[in-house]
Amino acid sequence: MKWFWCLFFAFWPILAIAVCAVAPAYGWWFPSAAASPLGQRIDDLFYMILIITTITFVGTQAGLAYVLFTGARRTDPDVDQKAWFSHGSHQLEVIWSVVPAFVLLFIALYQLDVWADYRVKDMFPREKMSQLLEDKLHQKRTKHDSLALAEVTARQFEWRIRYPGFDEDGNLLPLMPDPQPTDLYTVNDLHLPVRVPVMINLKSQDVQHSFFLPELRVKQDAVPGLVIPVWFEAKSQQSYALLCAELCGWGHYKMKAQFVAESDEAFLEYLRELQRQQFFDGVAEAAESAEDDE
Amino acid sequence: MSAPSTTGHEAGHGHHHNPEDRLALLKQIWMFSTDHKVIGIQFLCTTLLMLMVGGALALGVRWQLAFPWENMPIFGNLFAGEGGQISPEYYTMLFTMHASVMIFLVIIPVLAGAFGNFLIPLMIGADDMAFPILNALSYWFIWPTIICFGISFTCAGGGPGNGWTSYPVLSALPQAAPGSEEAQFWWLIAVTFAGVSSMMGSINYMTTIINMRAPGMTLFRMPLTIWGMFITAILQAFALPVLTAAGFMLVSDRMLGTCFFIPSGLVVNNADPTVGGGQPLLWQHLFWFYSHPAVYIMLLPAMGMVSDMLSATCRKPIFGYKPMVYSLAAIAGLGFIVWGHHMFTSGMNPALGMTFMISTVMIALPSAVKVFNWIGTIWGGRPEFNTVFLNCVAFISMFIVGGLSGIFMAAVPVDIYIHDTYFIVAHFHYVLFGATLFGVFGGIHYWYPKMFGRRMSEGWGKLHFTLTFIGFNGTFFPMHLLGVAGMPRRYADPYLHPYLEHLLPLNQFMTICACLMGCAQFILIANFVLSWFYGEKAGKNPWLANGLEWVAPSPPGHGNFEVVPTVYRGPYEYSSPDRDEDYWPQTEPPVRKSPAPQPATEPAEASHDASAQS
Ligand code: HEM
Ligand SMILES: [Cu+2]
Ligand SMILES: [Cu+2]
Repeated sequence: MKWFWCLFFAFWPILAIAVCAVAPAYGWWFPSAAASPLGQRIDDLFYMILIITTITFVGTQAGLAYVLFTGARRTDPDVDQKAWFSHGSHQLEVIWSVVPAFVLLFIALYQLDVWADYRVKDMFPREKMSQLLEDKLHQKRTKHDSLALAEVTARQFEWRIRYPGFDEDGNLLPLMPDPQPTDLYTVNDLHLPVRVPVMINLKSQDVQHSFFLPELRVKQDAVPGLVIPVWFEAKSQQSYALLCAELCGWGHYKMKAQFVAESDEAFLEYLRELQRQQFFDGVAEAAESAEDDE
Repeated sequence: MSAPSTTGHEAGHGHHHNPEDRLALLKQIWMFSTDHKVIGIQFLCTTLLMLMVGGALALGVRWQLAFPWENMPIFGNLFAGEGGQISPEYYTMLFTMHASVMIFLVIIPVLAGAFGNFLIPLMIGADDMAFPILNALSYWFIWPTIICFGISFTCAGGGPGNGWTSYPVLSALPQAAPGSEEAQFWWLIAVTFAGVSSMMGSINYMTTIINMRAPGMTLFRMPLTIWGMFITAILQAFALPVLTAAGFMLVSDRMLGTCFFIPSGLVVNNADPTVGGGQPLLWQHLFWFYSHPAVYIMLLPAMGMVSDMLSATCRKPIFGYKPMVYSLAAIAGLGFIVWGHHMFTSGMNPALGMTFMISTVMIALPSAVKVFNWIGTIWGGRPEFNTVFLNCVAFISMFIVGGLSGIFMAAVPVDIYIHDTYFIVAHFHYVLFGATLFGVFGGIHYWYPKMFGRRMSEGWGKLHFTLTFIGFNGTFFPMHLLGVAGMPRRYADPYLHPYLEHLLPLNQFMTICACLMGCAQFILIANFVLSWFYGEKAGKNPWLANGLEWVAPSPPGHGNFEVVPTVYRGPYEYSSPDRDEDYWPQTEPPVRKSPAPQPATEPAEASHDASAQS
């Protein structure tokens, strides 16, 4: 029986690794390759830790299996040997404290950059964001205006999105902290330019929620009372899942929305269309379509 | 001052002295007993019962994840009404109460309450706890917890639904969700009672361990179980008040409108805007300031127990006793400065995130040292592959997984992605179930003879172990993969989101494994109960182990020891080449084989220290 148990404990780690190895083939792995540069760095970090932990896992489980097998051997009837009377080894203690300490310290320091780029405001790619706003979207802005392109307000159980509108000349306005008469609104449908860092301001109207873009590896809690800037950059022109990752009540699971990354022109056009719909007074249609004809 | 002569005690409590009555302790569990052993058994029976309740709630969760919106058999008709379909708010109640029951009524009380009570006086050679009445109260105060949880089930709205973390504003405003109505109030009161119970235990354990050790039981001759219990008691004493205070603040936010956690201007469920001035993140800081140390409260005693069981079953001294003690202390110390790792995505200052990240990564170090020392303990031993040993090996093997997954989450950028996904759920089940609960299963089999004078069945024990181990890994290992696939936790219907649809079959597999594991627990219960009557009779020292508890009769009478034990050495002197037997009880006076005996084992000196300390 004892050999059975040795095999039992030696076998399960092998099975676990085999399951992980086939998991991507069944889709039990990342939903897609990271769809943002920062997400890519998060994945790289994940894989680095995966390698380190897999080595440790295999090493320790193999060590455990080894001591089980040799221990079982000692209890064989033909072996008449007491257990090893040892209270430990100072040398080994030092080795197995110092080596992991360095590995852990390495992991700790190695990741600081990614975290800083993601969260520390001074490290945000401000240059690129203001370029986008000024050169591509032709926003009328001063230096003090927000770099955010949209305000996302979570509420039970939907995402409300507020964009800045246009002035009379059709220029995009900056996003103001408080709602403006010109602002444009949607629900559960976030559109932003692709292949360029964009920033949103995240708020909550009621309880805590969390803004989760799994494909982009973005997650940020929406905390009542706080306005939290979040930036990300979508790599390709497509629609991504947007959902809530913090329990917010019975309907938590159904805060389903999409994030559409599109070209600058398409984004502007999207906003214009929003404006047309929102300020449509029911009679202006004829005049407007006449305008379009010109 | 401790351990007065037992004869006096026996005279005073005539009804215990029949040594043939193996169920003497069990028969008193209906009473308000101040005997630490009875209280330990009361805790054990209650927590086993609650384990089944918590397990049933978990199966409800699993049912919904495997067969969303389909009528749940058995329990559905009991609770959910409407033919047994789980509604979304019922689902939030299920996972909330599952976690609350398991944490506050199973894991914490089974370690500190059941084993702490039963073992501390026996292992340090005391006749009872320092404050027996306080001790009894600490048991009886978990009944208000059970009752308040029970009331919360029957409230309008159908049970609290804010998760065991109960983050405000959701939990602070009754209008925020059906699960935030009155039920949430009863939940908070229940947790407060659980805290009161823990606190009374904690003070008792600290005092008892510091003051009531038998002569010769120096600090570094204490079994690691006692070290685990001692450090746990310290953690509780320092961390619990914070939770209690936070709980009262939340109650007063709900009832008096104090707004500690509620900012102004929130429009929740179309009610009037809140008045506010508070900050919801404050709750998270306070809650995790308790609850991170609490996860170690849910582990350290098990670490100690497993160390003792491994040493005895392998007939070998603990490898690196002092490193084991120091790493326990290091885990506890670091455990106080890592709470922010639960808040990496909360929007707190990113510099804080970095600090908490570094302390969190470093806490993996003492955990690793412990794992290496356990493996070292088996190394060169002569293990007997009995149920106790198997459960202990499972403890190590599973703890490795939980510790390693912790490193992923400690890496803040990675945690951005996996936070609040099933990866987290996988992590804490590997440490809390995989490690702690397997340690507890081992502990039940190991100390059962001391409690009831009989052994549990080996065959059924092994069957229970095997089924639980397979069911456990089948249920929880795939959760890592679900987490990597981005499946959020606490979703009543993840498949609403197209990128998660294909995970349904895997979830069904996990639910089947969970049912298997749930059924296996009936084997444990049956083995536990039937062995009271049919188990093989056990003498004082069925495992030929060294600890003081094995000197006392099985079960020990009131006052525990027939004579006050004197301790001559540490508890792990197995297989000494100086002896024919492969064990060396702590109480056995040294035989001078070697010409120069170690001064540390001199009885005279040893009893000197002890009396100086007491
Ligand atoms: C090796 C050391 C460990 C590290 C580095 C570690 C790290 C972490 C981190 C970073 C989180 C937060 C993840 C998130 O929510 O995003 C976490 C969650 C958790 N950990 Fe650990 N952990 C370790 C060991 C343990 C142990 C030993 C236990 C319990 C015995 C434990 C119990 C928990 C629990 C219960 C949670 C989740 C609480 C919740 O959100 O409901 N961890 N751990
Ligand atoms: Cu939510
Ligand atoms: Cu923690």
